[in-house]
Amino acid sequence: MYVAVKGGETAILNSYALLADARRGDTDVPELSVAQIRQQMRLAVARVMSEGSLYDEDLAALAIKQAAGDQVEAIFLLRAYRTTLPRFGYTLPVDTARMGIRRRISATFKELPGGQVLGPTYDYTQRLLDFTLLANGVATEPPAQAEALPADMPRVTDLLAGEGLIEPETPPDGDPAPVDLSREPLKFPADRATRLQNLARADEGFLLALGYSTQRGYSHTHPFAGEIRMGEVALEIVPEELGFAIEIGDITLTECQMVNQFAGSSTAPPQFTRGYGLAFGEAERKAMAMSLVDRSLRSQELAEAIKSPAQQAEFVLSHSDSVEASGFVQHLKLPHYVDFQSELELVRRMRATHGQPTPEEETA
Amino acid sequence: MTTSGYNFAYLDEQTKRMLRRALLKAVAIPGYQVPFGSREMPLPYGWGTGGIQVTAAILGTNDVLKVIDQGSDDTVNAVNIRRFFARTAGVATTNRTPEATVIQTRHRIPETPLAAGQIMVYQVPEPEPLHRLEPREAVTRKLHALADYGFMHVKLYEDIARYGHIATTYDYPVLVNDRYLMAPSPIPKFDNPKLNHSPALQLFGAGREKRVYAVPPYTKVESLDFEDHPFSVQQWDAPCALCGASDSFLDEVVLDDVGGRMFVCSDSEYCSNRQAAGHAGSAVKEAA
Repeated sequence: MYVAVKGGETAILNSYALLADARRGDTDVPELSVAQIRQQMRLAVARVMSEGSLYDEDLAALAIKQAAGDQVEAIFLLRAYRTTLPRFGYTLPVDTARMGIRRRISATFKELPGGQVLGPTYDYTQRLLDFTLLANGVATEPPAQAEALPADMPRVTDLLAGEGLIEPETPPDGDPAPVDLSREPLKFPADRATRLQNLARADEGFLLALGYSTQRGYSHTHPFAGEIRMGEVALEIVPEELGFAIEIGDITLTECQMVNQFAGSSTAPPQFTRGYGLAFGEAERKAMAMSLVDRSLRSQELAEAIKSPAQQAEFVLSHSDSVEASGFVQHLKLPHYVDFQSELELVRRMRATHGQPTPEEETA
Repeated sequence: MTTSGYNFAYLDEQTKRMLRRALLKAVAIPGYQVPFGSREMPLPYGWGTGGIQVTAAILGTNDVLKVIDQGSDDTVNAVNIRRFFARTAGVATTNRTPEATVIQTRHRIPETPLAAGQIMVYQVPEPEPLHRLEPREAVTRKLHALADYGFMHVKLYEDIARYGHIATTYDYPVLVNDRYLMAPSPIPKFDNPKLNHSPALQLFGAGREKRVYAVPPYTKVESLDFEDHPFSVQQWDAPCALCGASDSFLDEVVLDDVGGRMFVCSDSEYCSNRQAAGHAGSAVKEAA
């Protein structure tokens, strides 16, 4: 005898208990602390902060712990929390030329003012599994004290701009305040400020694949990594009651300025163009992929033929958000009994008449 | 018991005001999709965040909330959303359609007729009825502005030419107030006639796509068709096996792996009410 589905609430509560148990794992193994995640999984924390659009290392580490390391789930947790936060104000634009640099490389110039600084990077580690870490590791040698870096390191793009070789970056007329995508819906056509905001929150894997596609002929933009820099910048706000800027703290940023070829047109002499990427924390892959996609999304403005996915703003911006994409892909596991029943009835009907002449053929 | 630390019905009052403004505009222009600043909710996009935001914006302390998914109050997603509002707003909840002041739904309209003063809130995955024909929003907005719905008529015509009938069974496109083409959300076309001149206010929320739209009470809602191929709804060969109803949408229930199946009401409340009133279908009579 058929009994209608009941007991959903009990099942849900049981799933909570099972999830908590699975997250904790074997209780003979010490529990991971949020401080440990923050300190020792800083790249995971950076990604969750970037795509979660909230710079808070403790909460990002908490989200990673709660999500059992699932980055997209952790990003979702942080976003859902972020929604509830009030807006106290907006910071002044950060000046990355005044960044306290920890890493700074250029692929376009061998020597440049301020020099190349490798900093903490996996780039030349040779990717051999380090089995000493498996045995709980050994005390690492403290890094050698390098001489202090200059406080002001000019950006490579500024050096090119001095010669007029790269397009100037000027604010649009009237320097309008950018749209806040977490408060306003995305609308098309989207201006560059809006696009960059979307890309900054975008899923790293999605940007990586799209950026990669531009290197394989799907809208080639001839990119050079003009400069990648990572370090700390000061955040400043101007409280109304004070009327002048005060520093409220530092955040870590990774910035990538891609320099791209451009043939010029009847109205513009040949000059390099720019692609821009910026992410919270140490997030070089994200910043680089973002700068490639930013540049390819400028095709219309630069009068290039739009033929490839990475050039189509609606396609890119509407599908870049992991929270939206993950939710909608996974909603397919919700019950669809009613719609499926409707389709079943239709398919059965169509199969019953399959092979018989259609009305058009009958009248022909 | 409500969860502390959050505002009534989760959303802050500023956000609710923004939503209500969008909803008022939606009611003023029946069937028109109003963009709104959709928020990340603590439930995933695609799982009813639009409906949840609409419900949160209109809910008051005296409201009585009913939540259904696939016509049932007991499916896990319906349970989860009802629990969310019980926790964050502490409102009374019910399974009984006539008692509810707000009914949030996914994929069905209750079989019990709605009354004036009730509000239906639909969860909408894809608000743009033209999306499958034209994915670019910049274009579909223009088509709506010009009321140029030729695409859709051609699609329906091609169905008829190919299959002899229109091959859309759910989310069947409707024209609202003789003006805007509207996606009724993935309700079966069986439910489409209930949209027309409904005494209830009908609100539609698409969270991921950041749109709300509305059908005010007693508004004309017409399912697209052709004179020689009039709109028709699904029909079943047998009545509900549990309550004997022949006027409800039936779900197919697979009983074994050798083709045994039975058909029962998708609206669980309607079905149990009929059974309580003494109606019985074939399965109940056999068991007796």
